Amino acid sequence: MTRFRIATPQTRKKLVGRIFIYFVLIVGAAFFLAPLYVMLTTSLKPMDEIRQVHMLALPTAWTLAPWLKAWGSACIGVACGGLKGSFLNTFVITIPSVAISVMLGAINGFALTKFRFRGDRLIFGLLLVGGFVPFQAELLPTARLLATLGLFGTLPGLILVHTLFGLPVTTLLFRNFYVSFPDSIIQAARIDGAGFFDMFFRILLPVSGPMLIVAVILQFTGVWNDFLFGLSFGRPDTAPVMAALNSLVSTSFGEKEYNVNMAATILTALPPLVIYIASGKYFVRGLTAGAVKG
Amino acid sequence: MRRHKTAEFVIVPTIAVVFICFYAPIIWTIFISFTRSGMFPSYSFSGLMQYWRLVGTERWHTAFLNMFVFGVLFVGFALILGFLLAVALDQRIRFEGFFRTVLLYPLSMSFIVTGLAWQWLLNPAMGLQHLVREAGWDNFLFDWIIRPDRAIYTIVLAAVWHSSGLVMAIILAGLRGVDRDIWRATQVEGIPRWRTYLSIILPLLRPVVLTCVVLLIINVVRSYDLVVAMTNGGPGNATDVPGKFVIDMAFERANIGQASAAAVIMLLTVIAAVMPYFYLETRRTGR
Repeated sequence: MTRFRIATPQTRKKLVGRIFIYFVLIVGAAFFLAPLYVMLTTSLKPMDEIRQVHMLALPTAWTLAPWLKAWGSACIGVACGGLKGSFLNTFVITIPSVAISVMLGAINGFALTKFRFRGDRLIFGLLLVGGFVPFQAELLPTARLLATLGLFGTLPGLILVHTLFGLPVTTLLFRNFYVSFPDSIIQAARIDGAGFFDMFFRILLPVSGPMLIVAVILQFTGVWNDFLFGLSFGRPDTAPVMAALNSLVSTSFGEKEYNVNMAATILTALPPLVIYIASGKYFVRGLTAGAVKG
Repeated sequence: MRRHKTAEFVIVPTIAVVFICFYAPIIWTIFISFTRSGMFPSYSFSGLMQYWRLVGTERWHTAFLNMFVFGVLFVGFALILGFLLAVALDQRIRFEGFFRTVLLYPLSMSFIVTGLAWQWLLNPAMGLQHLVREAGWDNFLFDWIIRPDRAIYTIVLAAVWHSSGLVMAIILAGLRGVDRDIWRATQVEGIPRWRTYLSIILPLLRPVVLTCVVLLIINVVRSYDLVVAMTNGGPGNATDVPGKFVIDMAFERANIGQASAAAVIMLLTVIAAVMPYFYLETRRTGR
């Protein structure tokens, strides 16, 4: 009925509601975008412009110098080599730790859903709870463990902790994913004499594409954005990006170079941001998959 | 399903990892918190000595209290904002993809990046205060980030900016799963939409909201990076949190005993926060 009327109070009310919704969304979007906008424009301004003009102004004298300095020559403590060394460290840490923890998570997920053995539920429960524990409660013994292995302060040490501490999440993701995979196919394969790894690599893995992407994105973002492990178990020369970034912005001789600091901040935020924008759907699935189904 | 040798063999390393990485360290930390350990671990039992000392430490009081102030405000605001945005996005609006992307991108950023960005935005000399003053309001004052009694609220702001997208995404997924018949029924009855959201949809989404609360609380107890990047616990110790207290005790002060006792309190807080959730979850699935 209401569809045919034009200027009734109901439709006006509806219009007001519509405007209100867009107002909420636009204000929300502005709030979410403001920090990125300010950082980006500030990183492209020379220092005197930052001092004189307010933060929302676009640069008048555009410059890329702060970006170059942040990348190659800004001082982090006493070493003035910019962020490039820490980028290399982070790549060296991220690639193996993501690959291994995702692979092991998938294998675990398969073993925990398609096979029954004593205590399988208990193992999963313990693993899950392990993921909830605040890392501060495990910090000192983990440091001692790494020191005993001779890995404290090294890149392999950081790869190891990221791989191990990533396992709860990846196992959870793949367990939830494989639960809905038909058991009958696995049974049939077993009757045909397929072994565990035959089934995993030839049946499960080929259909795991979406979950692999989700897990890789989630792990990559987590390891890339890590600060605490890098700070606790790294040394200045093995520091990953977030630890290096934090030292870079707190290192200053004389006036703080805000443009360099902001360029450095965006540089370190860029890889996860690009991955998020390129793969939004999978990123969100990763964040919510464990949470909603768990 | 029959037992399988390889599957059992495959899971053994994981079991080892679970114990070596998660449970052995926790047990060690709990054990150390009951000893005289100072700079080096000592294995002489001292009862609750470390806890009494912790309770008598001014800085710990600040940190522990901050966790609650921060936690309540952060979880509250993130839930309200996340829910509002999810409802707004659920109204078949234009550019949904754009808005969704914008509301979620902070989640891809680390807490260090988040903290640094907001530290600059709220810096009185060059941030928001400076902006408003330049616009003509000469005595505009917004210096919360350098005020001991207000700085913790600026951390809430940054944390809400970072995490309300997560709440939005989870609740939106929940909203999309709501039975369409409910909407038809309320329309027939002439119940206003906002009323339907508040009185019917929200109670329906209780498990989803609960999931958000648990995820957010875990982040609250763990919080460290954001505080370090934004205020480094300052001014003074005004924005200290337990997560930072433990790390400073462990590395800067080299006081293993105090670090362990504080870490055990953090652990108990997480357990207290997560327990009701697991209880409800198991009851729900048990039915």
